Amino acid sequence: MLSLKNVSKSFGGVKAVERCSFEVEECTITSLIGPNGAGKTTVFNITSGLTKPDSGTIKLLGKNITGMPAYKIAQSGISRTFQITKVFKNLTIRDNLLIAKRTNDTEMNRVLESVYLNKPLDTIASELSYGQQRLLELARALSMPHNLLLLDEPTAGVNPQIRQELKSILRNLRKEGKTILLIEHDMDFVMDISNTVIVLNEGRVLKTGKPKEIVKDKKVLEAYLGK
Amino acid sequence: MITDFFISFSTYVIIYIIIVSSFNISFGFTGLVNLGHMVFFGIGAYTSAILTLHGMPWYFALILAGLFTSLIGAAIAAITVRLKGDYFQIVTLGLVFIAIAISRNWISLTRGALGLPGIPPIIKDNFNYMLFTFLVCVICLAFFYWLTKSETGKIFQAIRDDETAASILGKNTYFYKVLSITISTFFAGIAGSLFVHFIKFVDPSIFDLDFFVIILTMLVAGGLASITGSIIGVVSLAITSEALRFVVVNPELIGPVRHMSLMLILILILIYRPRGILGKVNV
Ligand SMILES: Nc1ncnc2c1ncn2[C@@H]1O[C@H](COP(=O)(O)OP(=O)(O)O)[C@@H](O)[C@H]1O
Ligand SMILES: [Mg+2]
Repeated sequence: MLSLKNVSKSFGGVKAVERCSFEVEECTITSLIGPNGAGKTTVFNITSGLTKPDSGTIKLLGKNITGMPAYKIAQSGISRTFQITKVFKNLTIRDNLLIAKRTNDTEMNRVLESVYLNKPLDTIASELSYGQQRLLELARALSMPHNLLLLDEPTAGVNPQIRQELKSILRNLRKEGKTILLIEHDMDFVMDISNTVIVLNEGRVLKTGKPKEIVKDKKVLEAYLGK
Repeated sequence: MITDFFISFSTYVIIYIIIVSSFNISFGFTGLVNLGHMVFFGIGAYTSAILTLHGMPWYFALILAGLFTSLIGAAIAAITVRLKGDYFQIVTLGLVFIAIAISRNWISLTRGALGLPGIPPIIKDNFNYMLFTFLVCVICLAFFYWLTKSETGKIFQAIRDDETAASILGKNTYFYKVLSITISTFFAGIAGSLFVHFIKFVDPSIFDLDFFVIILTMLVAGGLASITGSIIGVVSLAITSEALRFVVVNPELIGPVRHMSLMLILILILIYRPRGILGKVNV
């Protein structure tokens, strides 16, 4: 589905991502984990076209999308959310979803229901709580036609109830055949839900494997859990 | 005569409604703070003046004033909309000084500081001209209401709220920003043409920032991202400004007092009511 090959990106002297390579298989949930500043969000920004990589190639379904503008990558089928929500604050829920896809109220309500956001479509986004705004952003990302969904710390700053709901939302999506690449700090969440885990440290891929293999790995424990 | 005053006051108000709502399209709806918006009003005025003085019928001149102005608007937007907020504002403010310099120094076209007198009116009778501007204004407003409710209008607003989010949802934000400025400057050009055929004279002072401060205050008072707000902002501030005529006894002081009052109103709104009367978003 998605493949990164030797992708590198520096900001000034900071090597945010260094010769990073990995693949995401279809119909799976793949989690990208690693300490703060490991380069996870930068990987997302490069993949979605918001940041141009210094080198390396990114392919989506075999097609080279490296360096394409963000809106074209979106049109090629990558949808995403942000670590800090980016809803259109002054627009209603309906218009937020409309930007993602031209569709009717019934379908919009169905998407909202699927992310457990029970609010009228006329609600202005800024009137929603932070957790609800994250759900709206997720609903918006789901609405846009896509092959691959990138979620940047969807559980950050949301209450435990929404966190539980998110788990079932993501499982349902996988059941429907969606492919998800997830950045997540909550280890229990990650181990519970992922097919594959990629550990990033200082911009490099430290280890790739099944959740069970990751929790046992010494290198990972050292880097990530600081032991 | 009181009716003469009323007719000319109404004509100005109508023209101001077009210029302020056109400014709302770029500033209020798209978040593009084009500090040179009145430059395009001036370009429309000069275009229409020069064309009609050379014998072109007014209806061609009016349309061409809009088209030529929006062409310049599109060209400038194509270069500047990639700039981040503050830089975009500084560059568009710079347009004011470029426009003044060109209009003062391109003597063969503009007669420089002397200005262009004797511009033929579109309709001789002032009352009928007021009705004509009213008709044009209604058409413009109908378009603005339609545009802002349309998908394109929603995309403008999405870009204003979060351009990055709009781009990752597949929207070519550069294109839409250029489009917004193109549309907004088209109507500024139309308003400039209507204006110049009413006062029948144009000189480089049309680009003065005084004028811009007035429409900025009207826009902010009425509220960003609301066309109805723009109408109310223009009407209420125009009335306030005219009322000062009766408060200020010394006629020499009317001008400065008006400007100071407008600035004061602008500052008070920014502090106490940044959404203006009907605004959907903060300034
Ligand atoms: N736009 C940027 N400008 C400068 N430095 C950046 C930028 N984005 C990220 N960085 C730096 O790159 C490194 C990786 O950041 P990030 O990808 O956000 O990490 P993570 O998401 O894993 O916490 C950090 O050192 C961060 O400070
Ligand atoms: Mg991050």
